[in-house]
Amino acid sequence: MKNEKLIIAKKKFNSRLIVGTGKYKSMSECAKAIKLSGAEIVTVAVRRVNITDKKKPLLMDYIDPKKITYLPNTAGCFNSKEALRTLRLAREIGGWKLVKLEVLGDKQNLFPDMIETLKSTEILAKEGFKVMVYCNDDPLMAKRLENSGADAIMPLAAPIGSGLGIQNKVNIQIIRKQTKLPLIIDAGLGQASDATIAMELGCDGVLVNTAIAKAKKPFEMALAFKNAVISGRQSFQAGRINKYLYGNASSPKTGIIK
Amino acid sequence: MKKIKKIKIRVNGKVKYISDNYHMSDLVKNLKIPIKKVAIELNQEIIDKKNISKINFKENDTIEIVHFIGGG
Repeated sequence: MKNEKLIIAKKKFNSRLIVGTGKYKSMSECAKAIKLSGAEIVTVAVRRVNITDKKKPLLMDYIDPKKITYLPNTAGCFNSKEALRTLRLAREIGGWKLVKLEVLGDKQNLFPDMIETLKSTEILAKEGFKVMVYCNDDPLMAKRLENSGADAIMPLAAPIGSGLGIQNKVNIQIIRKQTKLPLIIDAGLGQASDATIAMELGCDGVLVNTAIAKAKKPFEMALAFKNAVISGRQSFQAGRINKYLYGNASSPKTGIIK
Repeated sequence: MKKIKKIKIRVNGKVKYISDNYHMSDLVKNLKIPIKKVAIELNQEIIDKKNISKINFKENDTIEIVHFIGGG
């Protein structure tokens, strides 16, 4: 089967699985899980350098940004101003233009604040950023983001870190039908099969962090997600059968022994 | 001889007292900051890392030095 690549902002990727680098027990565990997942894009956060502990290990020493695409995010930002500041800093670290915008509106459910998100997308696109946008599973908002210059639409499956899986398949399918932009399910997946479902709905990729990092065996789960994404994509491309209410025998009805 | 004056600055939230002839490049060197892996803000304005030897400080300057860490 044709193995077309994932294209985001004109950049091509073989893997359709994007993984987060947070919540791991150690940097080496994180690096190994990424390797097993086959991911070529990883999300990273922008935070203060620890100036008191100068020997603290650096992410870049474990995950080479020349080999793996860093996707700086704005996790922890609750308004447009904070998000813009964070991503401008991220760009300054080393020319990162491909970014993940995430403006949260509520500390408990971590749902995105779509008004602030929309505003930020517009500004970032004008400043030359390539913006992948974390958003609600709302087709109208997804359309608005597209019109504001987003480079990828990233609706949540469920609240960040909840592990609930895709809650609104219908909305995801509607968004899929209306956009040609990369559609990537971001947040809320709990197990590998959730990723397969996302891919079978026609999504271009999935972003996973907690489900791998906090699995009992993160390495095994990283591998499971890798296979689940490949499997889901193949299943989508293969084209599923129609659904029927009643049974339809698989064996011929003729030649039955009497 | 010119008398060296001490001024107060804030680096990543921590107060530091430095002499007034101290430059951003001295701060970076002193803190062993890997310059290629960070971005630096002076009073919420991003500075060009090429110019760090030309930047000095005034009382109550706020410096933020950030890098990438694990995140989702």
